[in-house]
Amino acid sequence: MESAVVESRPEVLAALARILPREALLVEAEDTRPYECDGLTLIRQRPMAVALPQTEAQVVAVLRLCHRLGVPVVPRGAGTGLAGSALPDAGGVLLSMARFNRILAVDRRACTATVEPGVRNLAISEAAAPQGLYYAPDPSSQVACTIGGNVAENSGGVHCLKYGLTLHNVLRVRGYTVDGEAVEFGSLAPDAAGLDLLALVVGSEGMLAVTMEVTVRLVPRPELARCIMASFADVAQAGDAVAALIAAGIIPAGLEMLDQAASRLVEPFAHAGYDLEAAAVLLCESDGTPEEVEEEIAHMSQVLRAAQATRIQVSRDEAERLKFWAGRKNAFPAAGRAAPAYYCTDGTIPRKHIGQMLKSIQAMERRYGLSCPNVFHAGDGNLHPLVLFDDSDPDSVARAEAFGAEILEESVRLGGTVTGEHGVGMEKLNQMCSQFDRPTLDAFAAVKRAFDPAGTLNPGKVIPSLHRCAEYGRQRVVGGALPHPELPRF
Amino acid sequence: MQTELADFARQHADGPEAADILRACVHCGFCTATCPTYQLFGDELDGPRGRIYLIKQVLEGQAPTERTQLHLDRCLTCRACETACPSGVKYGRLVEIGRELLAERRPRGWRAQAARRALAWVLTGGAFAPLLAVGRLLRPVLPMRLGAQLAPARAAGTWPRTPRARRMLLLAGCVQPALAPNINAATARVFDALGIEVLTVARAGCCGALRHHLDQQAAAREDMRRNIDAWWPAIEAGAEAILVNASGCGTMLKDYGVLLRADPAYAAKAARISALARDLCEVLPPLVAALAPRLGPAVSTRVVFHPPCSLQHGQQLRGVVEGMLVALGAQVLPFADAPLCCGSAGTYSLLQPAVSATLRERKLAALTAPRPEVILSANIGCLTQLSGGATPVQHWIEWLDERLR
Repeated sequence: MESAVVESRPEVLAALARILPREALLVEAEDTRPYECDGLTLIRQRPMAVALPQTEAQVVAVLRLCHRLGVPVVPRGAGTGLAGSALPDAGGVLLSMARFNRILAVDRRACTATVEPGVRNLAISEAAAPQGLYYAPDPSSQVACTIGGNVAENSGGVHCLKYGLTLHNVLRVRGYTVDGEAVEFGSLAPDAAGLDLLALVVGSEGMLAVTMEVTVRLVPRPELARCIMASFADVAQAGDAVAALIAAGIIPAGLEMLDQAASRLVEPFAHAGYDLEAAAVLLCESDGTPEEVEEEIAHMSQVLRAAQATRIQVSRDEAERLKFWAGRKNAFPAAGRAAPAYYCTDGTIPRKHIGQMLKSIQAMERRYGLSCPNVFHAGDGNLHPLVLFDDSDPDSVARAEAFGAEILEESVRLGGTVTGEHGVGMEKLNQMCSQFDRPTLDAFAAVKRAFDPAGTLNPGKVIPSLHRCAEYGRQRVVGGALPHPELPRF
Repeated sequence: MQTELADFARQHADGPEAADILRACVHCGFCTATCPTYQLFGDELDGPRGRIYLIKQVLEGQAPTERTQLHLDRCLTCRACETACPSGVKYGRLVEIGRELLAERRPRGWRAQAARRALAWVLTGGAFAPLLAVGRLLRPVLPMRLGAQLAPARAAGTWPRTPRARRMLLLAGCVQPALAPNINAATARVFDALGIEVLTVARAGCCGALRHHLDQQAAAREDMRRNIDAWWPAIEAGAEAILVNASGCGTMLKDYGVLLRADPAYAAKAARISALARDLCEVLPPLVAALAPRLGPAVSTRVVFHPPCSLQHGQQLRGVVEGMLVALGAQVLPFADAPLCCGSAGTYSLLQPAVSATLRERKLAALTAPRPEVILSANIGCLTQLSGGATPVQHWIEWLDERLR
């Protein structure tokens, strides 16, 4: 996607240079271009400057300065997001929080960890491991993504079906509003008095405040975990098996699906031992005491067999279990082995429609002439179709964008939502017009204004403008019949 | 990622290969987590994903400045990112090409060029051993750490001279025989105990890696051709393998085929050298059963094994040495951040001393946390870098050799 010309304001750059040491301020195109996108490469924009503060005082100073001069600020963690939430602003400062990477405290008795925002998700679990604890939400990018980014996106992961999203595992967030004012959300107690603003800030995609410190809840490592790999001859049967498991009253620790294209993509890297002949494999995990796990694995196996599983393999040891998950967690980037670029969408649908949705995607693959492996959080109905395309071919890019948009529209049509865990960012702005009516979007904007009246903190993300929705509505009328005649148009 | 090669890059021998490597990168950022310099600097430009972008800009014809140079120079080429990369980006090769193109597009100043040439000359030529001897004499007046690292070498002991039916060549190396002459001799003794004769060829010298990583690609190819010529008669006479006991050099030997593929006179021979090159840990494991009865008890059984980046990432040989040590009675202690570089990285420790020293401190802290009696490793660079602390450091083959009876 085309990017706007960078607006360089010498007075802003000079003022920033007075606040930040030389190596903490990047302004030349040579240095700022590598920051032009996060994990979503479809949309790119070079910022006016990249700030890499090392002290909290520098963060506050940058925020105050930018606020005074009306300069947009976009916070960024590890830049692994898949929705463009950390896409820079052409006239703004990209505020990298990557240098705040210290773990401040692990409290074994309270089962909490307090960390700086640039700490990697997995680093928290590694630091807590000697105490027999870990941080449960585990996005696939957990090796690299930061807790600050997780708070911004309310990230999930393969184990959030049982253990909850970031929101359910964060106790307290301390940070700064756009004008540099200190704020704190939540508390160390299980509940805080007053409105639950923690729930508001978690998942706000860096639009309400800049996170400076996070206290997360840690949970005891289960005595045992085992994972079933179940093979299916048909994707729809695998989808139905997911619904059957949940209907049987089982809440697996993780319940994930890879279709054949996805397992074939990742196997050469992960050597996970996936059944490459199956149309789809389900990964279904049980954790707890050895007795609980044995009983649950037996129950799960029985339900899966009844749901037409053609083969069931249970991980024999921890190494094999981790291999099953390594394949799943590396599936997105493994797409690089098959195509120069991929577009991962995040629509979430009621579980009972998974089979039907996968069939629809197969039809779209033929229609758009692009392949689309599927690897996703089946237990949550959270799809991650990976549209593979060639980013050097404008026609291929356009088809990929249209393909992704149609998947999201179909998700909404089936009673679902456009995002499960990656956030809206820049990527799903159009589909927000389909999912929400104008009064709801206006209410979102009012919340944003309450924190950021001038609208300079991560502007242009998440909430589509009236104008954008009108444009999108027109395009869709031109492109064919309206998908949602019942929804009001603007 | 797609790259629009500029004309100069399209015509360059390695330009299209670089574009192919770039195609595989999907910008996921998983690599940043395992990059030692990203951990230190927290700047995208000091991590693999940002450097890939910088190289892409050069390939696309944008004029690089000294800042692109700085960020590429800061890369250790440890290749931990390759192990982490799910889409199989050959970063190590890409950064080599990037550096070569950069040196052509934006030559270093004469001082830097002269320093690099002098460094290569000293380390690989005849001057190194005498200079080292002088340095060792001056130990009492040198700063403590440098003095500790110049500690006298373990004596090499005897080199077995019994002719054996099985014969293998050994890359003798350039700095290693002067710094730690016992490693090659220990290798020869352990293999002799297994009925394998280890041969060295006097005319073979530096594997070429030193010059290759100092912007002297043409001179590096000279090193490679000289070694090939030196080894060829022994190979034709039936040497089974070319053993390498310094994993950095092993990585280089395994790349001869790629690096000389455009040389009609040497391409085939270079490919054969790469096919014959073996780290010690690729040859010994099947012979463990034969070796065990020849070994006495170990002096130190509580060991940590620092896997050199060139072994675990460059050659993708992970866990092999550790498994063998356990099979031969060692208690191999786990330690944190094993995939991270110790900061040696060839001449990096001399060219980027500050980064190198920080990484050394962190690595030593991690290695000594489980309180080992000895730190074992498999590459002369790492062994030198980690020496000088409270815990003794040696090559694992020396640890085995001490137990021969």
